[in-house]
Order: sequence, then C-alpha cells, then structure tokens
Amino acid sequence: MRMELIQPFINAADAVLCETLQSPTRIADVSMDEETYRRKGVAAMIHIVGDIEGRVIFDLDTATATRIASYFSGEPVEASEEMVRDTVCELANQVIGNAVTTLNDQGMHFRVSPPSVHTAETGGQGAEDTETLVMCFDTPNGRVYMNISMRYHRRRRRENVAIV
Amino acid sequence: MSQFPVLLRSKDRLPVRYLIVDDSVFARKNLAKMVESYGGKVAGEAGDGCTAITEYDRVQPDVVLMDITMPQMEGIEAAERIIRQHPQARIIMVSSVGYQENIVAALQKGARHFLQKPVKAEQLYDILKYVLGDDAVAVATPAAQ
Repeated sequence: MRMELIQPFINAADAVLCETLQSPTRIADVSMDEETYRRKGVAAMIHIVGDIEGRVIFDLDTATATRIASYFSGEPVEASEEMVRDTVCELANQVIGNAVTTLNDQGMHFRVSPPSVHTAETGGQGAEDTETLVMCFDTPNGRVYMNISMRYHRRRRRENVAIV
Repeated sequence: MSQFPVLLRSKDRLPVRYLIVDDSVFARKNLAKMVESYGGKVAGEAGDGCTAITEYDRVQPDVVLMDITMPQMEGIEAAERIIRQHPQARIIMVSSVGYQENIVAALQKGARHFLQKPVKAEQLYDILKYVLGDDAVAVATPAAQ
C-alpha cells in the first residue's frame, strides 16, 4: 500500500480530532476493504483532483455530531439536520485542509472541492490502482469514520515509472 | 478552556469587538466561544464575503476573523475590498488550508495575520495581542493570575 498517499490524512484526522476535542483519540479499527464500508450517519465527501486524486468521506452518527457541536459551542445544541450537516462538513474541511497542506508542502498540487453531503450507503467502487482505507476513530464524544480512496494522477504515475 | 487575561480596548477599556466570517456555523460558534473567553464581544457574523463587507460597514469591528473558502465571495477578495474602504481594518485570515500561496496572497491584500484551523486558543490570543498592539491592553483576571 502506498502509505505516502494515505498517511497525511490519518495524521490530519488525528490532529484535528485531538485538538478540537481537547483529548486523545484512538484508532479503533482499520480496513483496506472498501466493500465493508457502510454509511453510519451523516457523511461529508470531499473530492481531490490534481497530482493525486480521489475522495475522502467523513462520517459521524447524529448523536456523535451533536455532542461534538455542543462541545464546540460550549452549550447544548439542538440536534437539527442542518447543525449536524454543518458539523460534519466543517470537520471534514479541517481534516482535508490540513492533509492537503502537508501534501502541498511536499510539492504536490491539486484542487479540493468544498465538502458535500454524501447520501449513498457505500463509498463507491474503487479502481485497481487506488489506495483505499476505512478507519474508525474512537473519541470521547463517539466514533468518527474516515473512508479514503486515493491514487496518483495518470501523468504522475507515468513519470514515476519512467524514473524507475 | 484555560483562562486568559482579558483583552480590552486601550482607548475606553471596553471589550474588543469582533466580526466573525465563516460559512460554517460550527466554526463561527467555536471562534465566538474563544474570543468571548478573552473578554471580547461578537459584534457581527457573516457566512460569505459579500455579507462580510456589509457587516463591516454596519458594525465597524475592531478585528475581523475571516475564513477563505466561502460561497459567493471568497475571504481574500472580501478582505481586499474591506481594506480598500477601511485601510485601518484589522483582518486575520482563518483557514483549514495553509498553502503558502494563500498566506502570501492574503497578506499582500492587507490581512494582518493568518491562522490555520483547527484554531488553538493560545495561538489566537497571541495573534490578537500582536495585531491589536497598543490599541488593546491585557487585564489579568483573578483566575488567570
């Protein structure tokens, strides 16, 4: 597995969750089998296009998203659909933002889409050259799932082969 | 959140007034909680760059905390337009993406500082003290001593 594609996202998720929740998180489960992933609650998807391309799905159940939003606000918030969606999208935004900043510092260039709500039950079919990882983070406010599917852009892959 | 010495305006010892601009309600609430913990007051909020410009004119804040990626008008453009009309505006960009080119562009347009999300309360406090300079004074509270 080409961990250099995936590691920045793992590091970013860990850092963002620890910082936002002010407590350590634990990786509860890891799977490389995309087909086992099923959406747990409210999910946000972000697409990346460029030197690396793919998508990241950030997925929280409603209770977890509400608890996180309440923690952030410093007061209980209503478990409205809008607030839950907003919480998931902003968390996804922060994780992806941090990850792509790391990759950009390494010389990679790409465009990142704004987060959109992901309503499908699965993450979609990956390709043979795609690295896929489904992770579950245990936090004090509940479980957070991240489904990453990434690959090098075709041009960059040809360049890598040429160098070898 | 740990206690910080309260930041007050030097001229009248009143709370520093903030305009918080971010398309995420979640992010705005988080920043509001932080600035209120420094003794500040949220004078206005906006969810996009266009509203940020009108809100700035309306509330005339001491500091603007501005996200970059927003609908209708992005934060860097909004910052540039606000500064064109109000050269004294103190705008701090707050974004999850810390690309070098974003930071340089924002500072060239007149933003005073850049902070990457997730925002750490201590970092934001230090940046606010720096940006406000002599226009703010830190008053120790009993809990912060």
